[in-house]
Amino acid sequence: MHAGQLDALLDAVDASDGVAFDGLHAGRADDGFYFETPHTERTGLSEAEFRDVAESNPWFVSNWFYWTREVGLGDRGESETNAESDTARRDGGNARRAFLRWAENADDHGVPERYEALADGVTREWGQLCVTATVADHGERRYHLRHVADADADLSSLDVYADPLEARSIVTYDERGRYRPLKTAPTLPDGWAFTDLDGRALVETVDTVYPATIPNWYREQEGRLDVTHWHETADRQTGIYDIIDELDEEAVEWIAESCCVDSQCLKRRMWDADEETELDADRGDGVFPCREPCSLVVAAARKWTTLEREESQTYEFELTPSEKEQVEEIIDTVAEGRTEEIREADVYEGANRYRARFLRAKRFDDHGNLSGTPTDE
Amino acid sequence: MQALVIVAHGSHLNPDSSAPTYDHADTIRDVGAFDEVKTGFWKEEPSLREVLRTVESDEVFVVPMFISEGYFTEQVIPRELRLDGWDVSEWDSDGLNASHATLTASDTDQWVHYCGPVGTHESMTDVLVRRAESVTGDPDVGDGFGLAVVGHGTERNENSAKAIEYHAERIREMDRFDEVQALYMDEEPEVDDVTDYFESEDVVVVPLFIADGFHTQEDIPEDMGLTDDYRTGYDVPAEVDGHRIWYAGAVGTEALMADVVLERAAEAGADVGDAVERVRRRTRGTPAAGD
Ligand code: SF4
Repeated sequence: MHAGQLDALLDAVDASDGVAFDGLHAGRADDGFYFETPHTERTGLSEAEFRDVAESNPWFVSNWFYWTREVGLGDRGESETNAESDTARRDGGNARRAFLRWAENADDHGVPERYEALADGVTREWGQLCVTATVADHGERRYHLRHVADADADLSSLDVYADPLEARSIVTYDERGRYRPLKTAPTLPDGWAFTDLDGRALVETVDTVYPATIPNWYREQEGRLDVTHWHETADRQTGIYDIIDELDEEAVEWIAESCCVDSQCLKRRMWDADEETELDADRGDGVFPCREPCSLVVAAARKWTTLEREESQTYEFELTPSEKEQVEEIIDTVAEGRTEEIREADVYEGANRYRARFLRAKRFDDHGNLSGTPTDE
Repeated sequence: MQALVIVAHGSHLNPDSSAPTYDHADTIRDVGAFDEVKTGFWKEEPSLREVLRTVESDEVFVVPMFISEGYFTEQVIPRELRLDGWDVSEWDSDGLNASHATLTASDTDQWVHYCGPVGTHESMTDVLVRRAESVTGDPDVGDGFGLAVVGHGTERNENSAKAIEYHAERIREMDRFDEVQALYMDEEPEVDDVTDYFESEDVVVVPLFIADGFHTQEDIPEDMGLTDDYRTGYDVPAEVDGHRIWYAGAVGTEALMADVVLERAAEAGADVGDAVERVRRRTRGTPAAGD
């Protein structure tokens, strides 16, 4: 705590009916000032005595100062009685504050426990991000961010960044250099760290890695996440996406199962077919919600809409039992994104390249038709 | 607090699509004209549906990184941003002169000044000329040079051709280049025949596109005969039928585009101080596209 923080507390006490924040109660009554925490209860104080008591409870004062004067008071958070804050009137400001409080488990622990934990660093996971909150001098919080896979890595082995916007260069490509069209896909590359961020910079960095996840998570915390379900989303589409409302419910189920499970996307799917009709596909365990089908899903749905217009046909193929299983293995391997893992000479894997080439050589005719069976009969 | 939100198409396939939007947002952020500068996309994240949630300010200036008025600026963006009571008549435009309209975003209760697209703003003409300067490396380029402005054509959107004509005419009026011609990808006069339309030996070709992608990097260079295969690249300038073609790539990648974005917001009432001047100073000379 520094003197300015104590002065600010006294100003706040003077300007209001009292301060009540994170277990600190301070104010002025008929018999003088009072200063109360879960462990201290002092009343009838002179200003000099008030200063003395505050100085022996510095964490409560610096904690109050950090949250109310640096981060800003939320509309709905703990309040200084009657004191209005104009620093965080929009959801955005409240969301930022709620996220920073989440980062240090503020709602679960009292100030002394938190300060002790923050001295070592409090770490929480947000998707593939590892957020660590620490406390610097005078209660000021500093935040650090890295990939969960690097949680225990030595900082010297990581590329260190300070500017939140530099995160764009980290999130654009996956480990294999492929463009990442879905920011919440579990393909965030590791090997980097953001250190020594203030609250605003932390939120900005997280928002660059996982855009809009904080405000949506905040709305959910507040019990007012607005979910737009499949049918409503499909009905809203125009232009080339106008057709996706043709898809039947079973196909929507397959879409959720294909795109939205945790192995593909770290958002927790909150949308269903409609408010009454839940989809069976796993919603995922992600900390942040998905409130409506995203543009990637809508674009893929357009392709599936046209594909699903086709009727099934009966084809006759000749395959040995092992070949049938191999076809299934190939589909599985592609669907799980495992093709790269299959070793060059591992001919025991059905999706091995030599195995696939052998099957093609044996079973395709010159036109690429399986078993020589034409596609259109 | 006032925020700037630049909205753009983006892509699921090509990271170059959003790159200029990020660059121009960075330029404007650096001059500190807004409390917040954010970007939102149709195909990337944050989506147009959610970008306003990432903005803390009450007052938001939304500038579309699109070339012309049409489907996206008139229907998709206002719908996805949930601009309450939007109707295209709010812009009172003939297809070229949308300036701005002020509405409430029902999702966030923010006050949104929804601006016309960058592509139809008059200062876009300066960006086209600046692009010609960048690609030739000559700040006085003009004498002995022809300039072609290239667009899609009317097939997808009639206003798109209007924007091309508008800027071509304005550059002609500058009397700086020997010849100025509007060319199209899918109608006459076609960009394929670029050399037929110019007498000047040197011709600068600038596509009026927001970002480099399939059209500007593959189609147009191959159509003009700069290369047989875009993957092998092309020279700048490249010799075609006795002409030297200085192909500039998408005008949207030119740093001066940030100025157009700022001017759009300023005309809608944003208090940007001397930022327009500062951005103009800072954005001299973007490296040219090419091989
Ligand atoms: S719809 Fe939501 S859960 Fe599904 S892939 Fe898109 S963002 Fe992820």
